[in-house]
Amino acid sequence: MSDKVAITLTINGRDHAIAVEPRRTLADAIREDCGQTGTHIGCEHGVCGACTVIVNGEPVRSCLMFAAQAAGKKIRTVEGLANGDELHPLQRAFMDHHGLQCGFCTPGFLMLAAGVLEREPDISDDDLLDVLSSNLCRCTGYQNIIKAVRAAAKEMRAK
Amino acid sequence: MPSDGKFIGRSVPRLEDRPLLLGQGRFAADVSFPGQLHMRVVRSPIAHGRLIAVDTEAARARPGVHAVWTAADVADIPPIDFRLTRVAGLEPYRQHALASGRVRYVGDPVAVIFAEDPYLAEDAAEAVELEIEALPPILDAEAAPGEFLPGHSTEPVVIRKGYGDVDAAFRVASAIVELDLEIGRHSGVPLETRGAIARYDAARDVLEMHGAAKVPHWNRDQLARMLGREPASVQLYEGHVGGGFGVRGELYPEDVLACAAALRLRRPVKWVEDRRENLLACNHSRQQRHHIRAAVDAAGRILAIDDRFVTDQGGYVRTHGATVTDLAAAMLPGPYRVPAYRAAGHIRLTNKTPCGTYRAPGRFESTFVRERLMDAIAAKVGIDAIEVRRRNLISSQQMPYAVGLDTLGTTVVYDSGDYARLLDKALAGFGTNAREQVRARRARGERVGIGIAMFVEKSGLGPFDGVRITVDPSGAVEVVTGAASVGQGVETVIAQICAETLGVDYARVRVIHGQTDRIEKGLGAFASRVTVMTGEATRRAAVALRDKALAAAAELMQTPAASLAIVDGEIRRQDGSGPSMQLGAVAASLAKASPEGLTADGWFEFSHMVYPYGMHVVQLRVDAETGGVTVERYLVAYDIGRAVNPALVEGQIVGGVAQGIGGALLEEFLYDENGEPLSVTFADYLMPTAREQPRVEVIISEDAPSPLNPLGLKGAGEGGANAVGAAIAAAIDDALGMPGAITQLPVSPQRLKALLAKQR
Repeated sequence: MSDKVAITLTINGRDHAIAVEPRRTLADAIREDCGQTGTHIGCEHGVCGACTVIVNGEPVRSCLMFAAQAAGKKIRTVEGLANGDELHPLQRAFMDHHGLQCGFCTPGFLMLAAGVLEREPDISDDDLLDVLSSNLCRCTGYQNIIKAVRAAAKEMRAK
Repeated sequence: MPSDGKFIGRSVPRLEDRPLLLGQGRFAADVSFPGQLHMRVVRSPIAHGRLIAVDTEAARARPGVHAVWTAADVADIPPIDFRLTRVAGLEPYRQHALASGRVRYVGDPVAVIFAEDPYLAEDAAEAVELEIEALPPILDAEAAPGEFLPGHSTEPVVIRKGYGDVDAAFRVASAIVELDLEIGRHSGVPLETRGAIARYDAARDVLEMHGAAKVPHWNRDQLARMLGREPASVQLYEGHVGGGFGVRGELYPEDVLACAAALRLRRPVKWVEDRRENLLACNHSRQQRHHIRAAVDAAGRILAIDDRFVTDQGGYVRTHGATVTDLAAAMLPGPYRVPAYRAAGHIRLTNKTPCGTYRAPGRFESTFVRERLMDAIAAKVGIDAIEVRRRNLISSQQMPYAVGLDTLGTTVVYDSGDYARLLDKALAGFGTNAREQVRARRARGERVGIGIAMFVEKSGLGPFDGVRITVDPSGAVEVVTGAASVGQGVETVIAQICAETLGVDYARVRVIHGQTDRIEKGLGAFASRVTVMTGEATRRAAVALRDKALAAAAELMQTPAASLAIVDGEIRRQDGSGPSMQLGAVAASLAKASPEGLTADGWFEFSHMVYPYGMHVVQLRVDAETGGVTVERYLVAYDIGRAVNPALVEGQIVGGVAQGIGGALLEEFLYDENGEPLSVTFADYLMPTAREQPRVEVIISEDAPSPLNPLGLKGAGEGGANAVGAAIAAAIDDALGMPGAITQLPVSPQRLKALLAKQR
């Protein structure tokens, strides 16, 4: 399993030329080979969603994708969400609504919500709840995450 | 109600949030050092057996493997000791870093691989060959005790507590109520798995461990003792911590192995647990079975309670010693007058994952048992659930109320409270017509019900806490504390208390926690202690610092100190007239005059606990076809004396309710008849998602500030979880029209379907 392949991962618009084993997960490659540790690994079996990133516009669990499968695709992680010093509306809403406690699941929720709201800005509250129920949080009881995402959705629509 | 200050009592935004939102957090797995080795633990696949041989030869030959250890390599390291509730007789049941002789649960560490890459370490772990002679596993803690080791039974101790003449009360009782109740095996399961990154720095002769949490100072002292080093040559560093809930940050075998390896292999060693390991090896909690009896008079007043229970401890006794069993026994009486009481908590070793504490330890369990008992008493004497509680509540005139029991080295004395008033608040908050509406829906055939549960929590465990506050010449304020943060907002809350007392902006206060090289002592974050203990220590240090600053400024400004105040970091005359001076300028002046500059320590020594109290009200619907439960409404009323940051308190409560719902309806660690764990992924161990969680209404009550600290603080971390099992059980009874039907948590769809089948 030690034969490495050379690939380029494009993360937040920047190319990372890396060599990985075919079995290496996208999550490990993003974190360990590209140094972007904002993407967190919570279960490595695709349930918790802490490792959610956006690949070619769609939220993806990066623990369930091999790095080699993401070569040549556009990957977005939490590090690319803010515009310089200016927080993304979702980040600001999480702060305003106390949508995070320990913050470990937060990058996954932010990327899940960003991916969905970009594709479906007019998503109904109930459908949004379905989407958010695909990630796990152990601190907040979700109430403030839901509030924050709904507030950000409203703001993003108004723009 | 205390008046709000400029910062205390206000829901100011958290200081912690920005880096976490930007992806700049520094959790354990984010810490790396050049040249690090990756550690992988080889775990027993057998629940109980004689460990005959561990063959590591093939593993050593694997690519990238640097070393492989078995128990023989760490035979000089003593077992992990008790941090709390040390009871004579528990010592032989402690866990070593690696098992020898016997394996006692699936997941018991038997060998450890150190390799250049985590993938290679995992490959090598699979090449380790174990020879284990399987023994019959002990899986039922209720069964007669077996043998742990020759001469040591699987029941090391029985925790006994009580007062009054219980037998006499039962002789004169007009009715006796008896229940057999069971609580399942749950755990905190933080979203971040455990991790430890150890590094030996030869330049300073210091062993460092990163990824520390909860109790860094205690762990530092233990690691130093176990590895034969001076405490000052071992330092622990807490970064961001992805949730604690009682389980994370205790000293575990893996921490010891990583540190020993860093010392002996002279390479940094990184260990990050995977989720399967986390569900197998990190502390479990909760599993208890209670046989409880109450003697009552004709009006449903309690005369005595007699409880015998068994705690399923798992394979070893870890750092918590007898804590969970002890707390269950001590806190069971709750908010009620219990004239005579007897509890016997049997600690029983089984061949499952070892148990420790989990948010509201011993209280999630004993509240379920006590509140089930109250509902049964109501049914027995023919009064309703609210009335039976009113008749038995301790009144506010009886405060402070000595229960007559002790736990965690202190006597249980409820410091303040108006329980009846909180009951009224909660019922009013839920709506006086809610029960009518539910009855009407039931009449139309819906299985919908309401349940209530009341409880007393404990918080603010001493015996001490200290902080050091320093103002630098730029006016920045630094608070160094030996407390820890598990993600609950410690930095913000401590900054609020410091800012309020000192007269600065809270955003200028930097709070340093969990760094053993920054303060000599610290007790960490557990038992809802930080806001109370560290908060009061902070207030004291800030008062001392303010006095010192004003005395220095008085001289510089030629004005009596008594007429000066610090406002927004500026020292001014209280009447607003004349010149002013920046706090930083005073610090600069003091820095020239004395080596310590503008700094002050504050220590709070405290031998009691403070007791918040609360009530949960839940409305839910049972689906007879699926056995599923939909929680429609949830209300928590919680009196915590004084809320420093109400938004954060509410966050604690709502998050606690989610964990409670998990324990009441979804989460359970199950084992097959061989002791093979069945809940080792998030597809088997089911935690609530946004879909299962109802909207939680929170009433933060401040009727009963603690008289034991000047701010009136009580801890808020555990009341959200405490009574969920109890309230949901009562509501399901109500929905089914079957009083006393629920005797076991979690109420899984299978169990509920079985109950419904009985009803048909």
